[in-house]
Amino acid sequence: MYLHQVPTNFFDIFPDDVSLLMVLIDTNPFFWNSINTSLSFSKFISNVLAFLNSILLLNQLNQVVVIATGYNSCDYIFDSSALQNHNQKGESLLQKLEEFVDKDESLCRDDSVDGPGFSLLSGSLSMALCYIQKVFRSGPLHPRPRILCLHGSPDGPGQYVAIMNAIFSAQRSMVPIDSCIIGAQHSAFLQQASYITSGIYLKPQLLDGLFQYLTTVFATDLHSRSFLQLPKPVGVDFRAACFCHKNTIDMGYICSVCLSIFCKHHKKCSTCGSVFGQAQTQDSSTPDRKRKTSVDN
Amino acid sequence: MYSLLVPSFCAINKLSSALFQGGNYIFEFDSFADRDICREFVAAAIAFHGETGKSTSEKPAAALQDEQLSTAEMEHRIKLLQEDNELQRLHKQFVIGGILTEAEFWATRKKLLDQNDRRKPKQRVALKNEMWSVKPLSDGQSNRVTFNLTPEIIHQIFAEKPAVRQAYLKFVPNKMSEKEFWTKYSRAEYLHSTKNVVAAAAEAAEDEELAVFLKQDDMLTNEARRKIRRVDPTLDMEADVGDDYMHLPDHGLLREESKDVLDSQYEPYRRYFSQDLNQHAAVVLQGRVVDVELGDTRSVAEALARTKQAELANEVSDGNLEKDLSHRISRVAEIEDLQGPRDLAVAPLCIKDPRDYFDSQQANALKPLGDAGSGVKTLKFNVSSVEAYGSLRELISEIRVTGLSEPITDPEVAFKVLSGLTQNISSTKYHLGKSPHESILDSLPKVTKEDLLHHWTSIQELLKHFWSSYPITTKYLYTKVTRLKDAMSQVYPKLQVHFVLLDNYNCFLYNGLPTCVYNFSCIFSLNSRKLRNLCSQISGIKFPYLSNQCFRL
Repeated sequence: MYLHQVPTNFFDIFPDDVSLLMVLIDTNPFFWNSINTSLSFSKFISNVLAFLNSILLLNQLNQVVVIATGYNSCDYIFDSSALQNHNQKGESLLQKLEEFVDKDESLCRDDSVDGPGFSLLSGSLSMALCYIQKVFRSGPLHPRPRILCLHGSPDGPGQYVAIMNAIFSAQRSMVPIDSCIIGAQHSAFLQQASYITSGIYLKPQLLDGLFQYLTTVFATDLHSRSFLQLPKPVGVDFRAACFCHKNTIDMGYICSVCLSIFCKHHKKCSTCGSVFGQAQTQDSSTPDRKRKTSVDN
Repeated sequence: MYSLLVPSFCAINKLSSALFQGGNYIFEFDSFADRDICREFVAAAIAFHGETGKSTSEKPAAALQDEQLSTAEMEHRIKLLQEDNELQRLHKQFVIGGILTEAEFWATRKKLLDQNDRRKPKQRVALKNEMWSVKPLSDGQSNRVTFNLTPEIIHQIFAEKPAVRQAYLKFVPNKMSEKEFWTKYSRAEYLHSTKNVVAAAAEAAEDEELAVFLKQDDMLTNEARRKIRRVDPTLDMEADVGDDYMHLPDHGLLREESKDVLDSQYEPYRRYFSQDLNQHAAVVLQGRVVDVELGDTRSVAEALARTKQAELANEVSDGNLEKDLSHRISRVAEIEDLQGPRDLAVAPLCIKDPRDYFDSQQANALKPLGDAGSGVKTLKFNVSSVEAYGSLRELISEIRVTGLSEPITDPEVAFKVLSGLTQNISSTKYHLGKSPHESILDSLPKVTKEDLLHHWTSIQELLKHFWSSYPITTKYLYTKVTRLKDAMSQVYPKLQVHFVLLDNYNCFLYNGLPTCVYNFSCIFSLNSRKLRNLCSQISGIKFPYLSNQCFRL
């Protein structure tokens, strides 16, 4: 795997706080349709636009890329480094967003959807990571990348494996994933993502002041995070639950093929179908014997 | 200028303090041995003082007087100090500062002092790559030619020429002495160097032993034949493609070739340079096969002979080699395109429902986050996709029309958000140390961190010595304990300086430090409670309690 090299005089040429910010915005129409708050999609977009402007103002060399996470597809809708005319940033973003929504609708196969539906977070995470890899390979001088997910849709169970792979890939490339949850419920995926990649996970209490949250917390670049304190969740419980009963367990049986967890011994794995061998019998007598002999001695 | 007779070591000790006041000195000695001892000692002492500063030159001199250190010991200690920065810092702080004596400082480090002596170099020395050149020293006047044979060279000769080794074992000391043996060998080498094959043959006819050296080595030839039989035919000769063996005579080696065709009777006395070179290279690459002291020639010869015999025996008994070889040949000779499809021995992985992973994990992950009543409610109703996308499009066009609003957020809301966040962040100080990701020390500025760590190690050192002198039975221990106590109480104001400096960081986000200070001072206060009680019993002095003063924020 190609690892990006930083030359010794990197910090002379590029100042410390140059950042590349990948923003993944949730454009799932069913989610935006189903929430009932003060934050409408238009207000959301205007907050995000103001935030992007402020990021670009922080440093001349900062770059911003926006990826829309749709219901059927994902696409890049804004790239600050590709712009010719700097005064038309907002317009070009909105234009591309409209085109994206049209395209997403044309791909839609469901006539109606119950509730908020799931957006393709795994797809947009992968696209962000691909863009970051391209930036890494563009040469020794590149800004330090990070990903910001503005997410509201609930977690899609079918995307688990893909999202975990994306998270591990981000961890390896040392790209933090920040998450700002604008939906009703917490997202276990993004919580894991932020925890594993040392990013920030935040679910704002007052969505009206989303802009304030964004500029206070998510605008900090990676260099400043070494000496600025940012809000952290108290603690995360990542204990496993067994696949058969969904009970939290500390000790159990794991299938060596697909790594699914069971609390009791099964003959066959229910996830991948592999047959298990004999279970190791619990030798509770042997440790007692050992203990006894040591006491005697 | 002083001139002194230096009879004893004590005098040298007294001298060292005078030496480092500056100025030049000249010493006179009775014998060379004395001079050498003195020179070594002075060099060591100069190096020692050069590092630790000249200001307190009396103290080391006094310390040295107490101990009568040997120069080796001194050098050893100096080397240890040079290698370890932290150790040197501690040494400077305590020994030069007068808190601990040299003996006390090194008393707890006996293991370090002993350890170094027994270090043997782990590297093995390889054989020299020079071929023993037959360029003997000859002085132009007389007819004598001198050869230099060191044990290293003898070892190499035995390794390269098994016939010579065998002859040595056979002839010496029965038929001739070692000196005679080597003289004969040298004569043979000299004859070879003249490249006069006829003369060599003539001499060989006369002297039977000489003939052994002059003839070609049968053992070598047999060995070469065996090796050729064992060459692996699957060896990839791709690397040799560039080498041209056909058009370059003698592989490009320059040689003076005597062009006369000789009688077959002289053939055995002919030596080929390429053969010598190959054999030499093979021996050097093999490395040292025997690990014997090179002094005793006979034992070297025997050891080498034994090794060779063992190798031979191994080869003979290794019938598996043939089987292995044929296996390898059949494997490499396969052409992949012509092979049929092979059945995989493993079954493909088929995960029926990946959602199982998600469900099992979802249950626990969200519990600690609690129910965030953010006023966002999900209305579960069925929406048609047309409607959903339509409304989204409308909202987008709404922004395009209206643009960004001014102000972007209501100031009151913004203020509420900010104060909420501040409260959240400042409450994280109660959770410091719980996350495995963060390290409190790392969040401090580098200088402060290093300083704190150094204070910690020095306190450790002082406490070690303090507790080791308890119970206090003699006056010496009492003075030592008082000294240590004074040193320890001096650390507190030094730490205070740090905290005052860091207090001036007014950023509201930087709240991690007071907790760190609290944690750190707990380390002290635990010991200091004992310290305080004990020391107040001895001296009636009350100690300052650090934690109260620092946890202000």
